[in-house]
Amino acid sequence: MSNELIVTDHAKAAAEFVRDDARAHWHDQALWFVRVKRDRMAQSLPEWETLRAKAAEIKAHTVGHLADYLEQFERQATALGAKVHWAADAAEHNRIVLDILQRHGVRQVAKSKSMLTEECHLNPFLERHGITVVDTDLGEWIVQLRGEPPSHIVLPAIHIKKEEVGELFHRKLGTEAGASDPKYLTEAARYKLRQVFLESQAGITGVNFAIAETGGLVVCTNEGNADLGVSLPKLHIACMGIEKLIPRAADLGVFLRLLARSATGQPITTYSSHFHGPAPGGELHIVLVDNGRSSILGNDDYRRSLHCIRCGACMNTCPVYRRSGGHSYGATVPGPIGSILNPARDPGRYATLPYACSLCASCTDVCPVKINLHEQLLTWRRDLAAAGKLSWSKRAAMKVTAAVFARPGLYRLAGKVARFCLRHMPRVLLYGPWNPWGRQRELPQAPRRSFREQYARRPKP
Amino acid sequence: MNAKQKILAAIRRQSPARPSLPSLDEAWIEYPDAQAQFAAALASVGGQVVEAASFADLPAVIAQLPPMEQAAKIVCTVPGLPLGNCVLDEVADPHELADVDVAIVAGRFAVAENGAVWVEAGRLRHRAVCFICQHLVLVVPQSQVLHNMHQAYQRLTFTEPAYGVFISGPSKTADIEQSLVIGAHGARSLTVAMVAGWEGV
Amino acid sequence: MPRVGLFIPCYIDQFYPEVGLATVDLLHRFGCDTDYPTAQTCCGQPMANTGCVKQARPLAQRFVEIFADYEYVVCPSGSCTAMVRHHYEEYFHGDAAYAKIRERVFELTEFLVDVLGVQRVEGSFPHKVGLHQSCHGLRELRLGRSSETVGPAFNKTRQLLESLEGIQFAELTRPDECCGFGGTFAVNEEAVSCMMGLDRVHDHLQAGTEVLTANDMSCLMHLDGLIRRQKKPIRVMHVAEILAGCAIPPAPQG
Repeated sequence: MSNELIVTDHAKAAAEFVRDDARAHWHDQALWFVRVKRDRMAQSLPEWETLRAKAAEIKAHTVGHLADYLEQFERQATALGAKVHWAADAAEHNRIVLDILQRHGVRQVAKSKSMLTEECHLNPFLERHGITVVDTDLGEWIVQLRGEPPSHIVLPAIHIKKEEVGELFHRKLGTEAGASDPKYLTEAARYKLRQVFLESQAGITGVNFAIAETGGLVVCTNEGNADLGVSLPKLHIACMGIEKLIPRAADLGVFLRLLARSATGQPITTYSSHFHGPAPGGELHIVLVDNGRSSILGNDDYRRSLHCIRCGACMNTCPVYRRSGGHSYGATVPGPIGSILNPARDPGRYATLPYACSLCASCTDVCPVKINLHEQLLTWRRDLAAAGKLSWSKRAAMKVTAAVFARPGLYRLAGKVARFCLRHMPRVLLYGPWNPWGRQRELPQAPRRSFREQYARRPKP
Repeated sequence: MNAKQKILAAIRRQSPARPSLPSLDEAWIEYPDAQAQFAAALASVGGQVVEAASFADLPAVIAQLPPMEQAAKIVCTVPGLPLGNCVLDEVADPHELADVDVAIVAGRFAVAENGAVWVEAGRLRHRAVCFICQHLVLVVPQSQVLHNMHQAYQRLTFTEPAYGVFISGPSKTADIEQSLVIGAHGARSLTVAMVAGWEGV
Repeated sequence: MPRVGLFIPCYIDQFYPEVGLATVDLLHRFGCDTDYPTAQTCCGQPMANTGCVKQARPLAQRFVEIFADYEYVVCPSGSCTAMVRHHYEEYFHGDAAYAKIRERVFELTEFLVDVLGVQRVEGSFPHKVGLHQSCHGLRELRLGRSSETVGPAFNKTRQLLESLEGIQFAELTRPDECCGFGGTFAVNEEAVSCMMGLDRVHDHLQAGTEVLTANDMSCLMHLDGLIRRQKKPIRVMHVAEILAGCAIPPAPQG
């Protein structure tokens, strides 16, 4: 099965997802539970909103001085003995990583979770060049074995049931048929992936935070797979989007207090590894990737989306994401933040994403860096409409309604007609395939007289 | 123009607002009993605390831990603690550590808010021992329990090549249907031995 | 006497006039002089939310002209009020007339609590009420503390309802999850919209809600549509109707 998703009609994919009612509710409940855990953590810190405000200010400052901080980071990291590479786009990133691996004769790489490498489609590129890549985060490994993309940036296999994992491991690892106990399956994965860590000639990680002042990198995991992946072989390649910078080590106090609480409702990940330079006798390569970020930086409306620390809280809280699943977005990063980032990359392909939203603004309220997600989603609708990406029928409907609303007399007439039809038309005419509202809902019961008619008839006090 | 120049030029062409960096000087959370908070936070993530009244009591305290019972290969890197049977400095290749049952390593300080211990594993010959062992024991001076992460970063300076890691509890995953499983790829258990009357390594 | 211009959302004007009338009654009860400028039609939210700025702009401009001279503009809808207060700026860019209106436009319950200083509403409502938190009112107008944020609890709508004699509140498992209406979302993403709405309905059923209420008739129109199709025994009333002492409607026939 190809790793490329072609679904970009969110509404259609979502309708398909919802069709399996029990499964859609199971998915919704699983993610709601993560949201609840996040709430508990947030409520346990009286300074939660102060932390969010600080994080937002630090990121705004960093993005406002990004070029200077990138240069500082490169100087500091290089002084520590790391090698810093720059990639303007995904293709360049992939070539840089391949080149490093080939020069070291690497045949197999252990890779820990990196949405950036997903975004660049690194795995298939390396595979095409004869290098085996094993995703060592358990959820990522599961979807890798299934030949599909992750459906969530933090919980990659959230859409998969344990029986399905059991069946997958039975086929691929030879575990017992019918076994679905998560402990048993995790143990099997531990054993198998241990071989991978021991046999790989290189480790690739993502970067949660890069510190400009010190030239260091911070990688956060619960499983320990990032550290195992890079502490056994001598070669560590760290891939990061240029927006992952923070100015000072002290800023980590803010971000590490927010990240895991927002992402999974735990006070901190099990491991928060701080890499300053390579290990003795080893090599550390850091690949800084632009891939469209500098152009978002130039856009006043969407610049704040670069503050994202990839926690996934917006996905967990989004009532639409929970009920449609990450795959329905057809992109590496789904959910509210994805619906802002992806149209920038390819407006034609992702035009439906900003509409996969009821504008409830819950995402904005959970975002640890206070990105105005719901406002940016609305702005995207404006930009897509202006770029002619709205369907003809949507545009026509809006033009007609606006024309009616601009003329009070016409509006009153239209209202009278609508109410008359609602009261007198037979059900079979009112409720048909042409009435999507009526598929699962009754239409309002129409009154004989509108408010304005009744107000006019009232005796004046 | 190479990629670096291209990227920096693209960024510098924009003129976003340039707000100043906020101060981090706030009244961050402090706990009435940092020790108790640390123990509770660690327990909530699947770890446990044991106490030693002095450094001299430590060997007995650690020897009694369940993982030590069946442990065949033990690495101990805490100076003055004769609990290991495999000397890390004599191991040439970290791959040879694959069968380590218990690793006993010093932690510099602990953080009450999240049960984390700062481990300067970069000072060890093979940092991998902290992750490849089946069970990890971190030895921490009881006097070095900080309240929150801001205090932690006030203690840390990064001016030379180094590797350090905050470790909070045993490795874990909930990637299979959100079922929490302790012991993913790293240690299956994490014990913090708090030692009174000891200032650390 | 505060002079209030009534801003009655188009769908309330046409389909739920009783909500508008209850709003008028409430405002009179608390000493306001009301006027209903008949030239009003719609604030332009459906167009703006679809991204059709060109179509929304003339409606926004009409709105500001129509309501220019009122001391206050009061609206029984959180989303319509939020549209004017938060989303009109791009049509006006610092225009003085708009700046004036932005300070004076209020959703009904925030007007009662913050401007008129109403502490209690006389009346009895001996029913179990499920208070649905309409999203724009909650997260844009900040009529209450959202469950996502940390801080002192408050809720202006609940505060007013609580003063009614005999009222009880249903305890929901998800106190402020979106109902799924979302404007054109209700039709364009019909499947998810209805799943969201039905999940709200089931939450209210398990909580024992007799009367489901909210600040926004749009949410209620969607939830009521689902409730009546499913023939569930929940009655739906707008907050204005409850506060004004309107009788509860009959339950859907099961």
